[in-house]
Amino acid sequence: MKFLRKILDKQDHHFQKGGKLEKFFAIWEMQDTILYTPGNVTKTASHVRDKMDLKRMMILVYFALIPTVLMALYNTGLQANLALAKIGGAAAGSGDWHTAMATFLGIGSNPENLFSNLALGALYFLPIYLVAAAAGGFWEILFAIVRKHEVTEGFLVTSLLFPLILPATIPLWQVALGMSFGVVIGKEVFGGVGMNILNPALTGRAFLFFAYPAEISGDAVWVAVDGHSQATALAQFADTTMEVTASWMDSFIGTIPGSMGETSALACLIGAFILIVTRVGSWQIMLSVVLGMVGFTYFLNFIGSDTNPMFAMTPEWHFVVGGFAFGTVFMATDPVTAAITDGGKWIYGFMIGILVVLVRVINPAFPEGMMLAILFANVFAPIFDKIYLNKNIKRRLARNAK
Amino acid sequence: MVEHYLSLFIKSIFMENLALAFFLGMCTYLAVSKKVDTSIGLGIAVIVVQGITLPVNNLLYTALLKKGAWAWAGYPELDLTFLGLITYIGVIASMVQILEMALDKFFPPLYNALGIFLPLITVNCAILGGSLLMVERNMNFAESVTFGIGSGVGWALAIIALAGIREKMKYSNVPEGLRGLGITFITVGLMAMAFMLFSGIQL
Repeated sequence: MKFLRKILDKQDHHFQKGGKLEKFFAIWEMQDTILYTPGNVTKTASHVRDKMDLKRMMILVYFALIPTVLMALYNTGLQANLALAKIGGAAAGSGDWHTAMATFLGIGSNPENLFSNLALGALYFLPIYLVAAAAGGFWEILFAIVRKHEVTEGFLVTSLLFPLILPATIPLWQVALGMSFGVVIGKEVFGGVGMNILNPALTGRAFLFFAYPAEISGDAVWVAVDGHSQATALAQFADTTMEVTASWMDSFIGTIPGSMGETSALACLIGAFILIVTRVGSWQIMLSVVLGMVGFTYFLNFIGSDTNPMFAMTPEWHFVVGGFAFGTVFMATDPVTAAITDGGKWIYGFMIGILVVLVRVINPAFPEGMMLAILFANVFAPIFDKIYLNKNIKRRLARNAK
Repeated sequence: MVEHYLSLFIKSIFMENLALAFFLGMCTYLAVSKKVDTSIGLGIAVIVVQGITLPVNNLLYTALLKKGAWAWAGYPELDLTFLGLITYIGVIASMVQILEMALDKFFPPLYNALGIFLPLITVNCAILGGSLLMVERNMNFAESVTFGIGSGVGWALAIIALAGIREKMKYSNVPEGLRGLGITFITVGLMAMAFMLFSGIQL
């Protein structure tokens, strides 16, 4: 390992001020700090003695996302294969390059076959992921070079989160567009990682959602086979004429149609476990989102409604369908845009939990409310922090007043 | 009956938020949102003024301006609605003046708290816009009270949220050219996107 360090040190002077590659310091710094913890130390107060910098933190989020990604690959392939089998084998979907590629590679299209599902899912997921990473990375590095800040893993996490909340059928140019919007308008104009107010991945998705609703909502986009439309479980709940086809267990494990990464509550729970144990994600927020959801759902169950079947939907269903679990674990806990204070976290979480049920049940315009509920709570998070801080200041003043 | 007014109230706060759905009152919204404390003062002032001027304008409209309002005097065809704009703004300006004097005399602490904001919101287009919307939608007196207070609360909520964000943004490293109003415009745009959460809810 010393050898590698030596090579790096030898090249280092090119990228320092005055070196001939000074412009590319951001990129150099990025790969250097991936390999080693930064060598420079704080010279003035205050000292932080911790290896846990932003980079390691983001990497942990990345690891916590792996179960979700695997589930996304499997389920995307599974749904596509099931749909293909229904409409007559791989030949029926031959117009689509994914299926053609799958046939060419000899993957087969057997929904029973784990490998076949994973491979076909990867054919859908990887292009979207690569485009998102390329677009996100391009803007991140461009801004880092021009504005002389460091490249952080924030964009790696954002570019992994972003494909997971998109349907598999999304056109690739829209992925690039949404990612660019999320990274530039949602993050970089505020000064980069740690300074944004709204979650970049959700900002990008909300932008796509309002700009190109046809490709990201409705019944036709969730299963990656042309001409096959299947409603998400949430849409089935909302519509009295449709029956809920998936069982609760299916929804929990995640073998239902939906955005690629959001379907599996189980994978999200594994991620939640990792985040909580490593103390990267806040358990207060996760718990309060769930509590807010459960409380408000029981309230709506109690009120009841003759015309709206969503009123009768129970909390355990709210938990497994749609993006609730994914949003709770990975989006609401974003340390930058969430509330920071202890009291603020609880109010922030309750607000998300209540709003998401509110939108799902009472707002006919959007079947799913997780994305907008989190963005809305992001907007109010600074105020919650402020209220809590002021309360604390007042209490301490009262206690120490002579 | 109560349900009708409650839904109108909620609607005017969230779904038809004057600042973030109609983009009214932007000048004061952007200019006085640097600090949470001042924006709370302005928010309260808007609630009070909106809650008073809308019902007054409503009374004036139904009693004097509306077509047929002068039928009792023998002029059933007289239609004075073209005087609407000048009447409403006159009412708003005089109401703000009267309110200011009354507060100064009877509630000095509140007067001091509101300070410059009272005269300032005379020219706040959210106030005039509220009156015009009220006329356009043919609201009755009770509805205009509800809508007035509700839309004021919505506007106050929006400006307090923006002030919170701007206080937090003091630590942000915004590009040179965007500092100040530029980034605030972008922020308001993103906030409006988040507020679309409520668009489409039928009450």
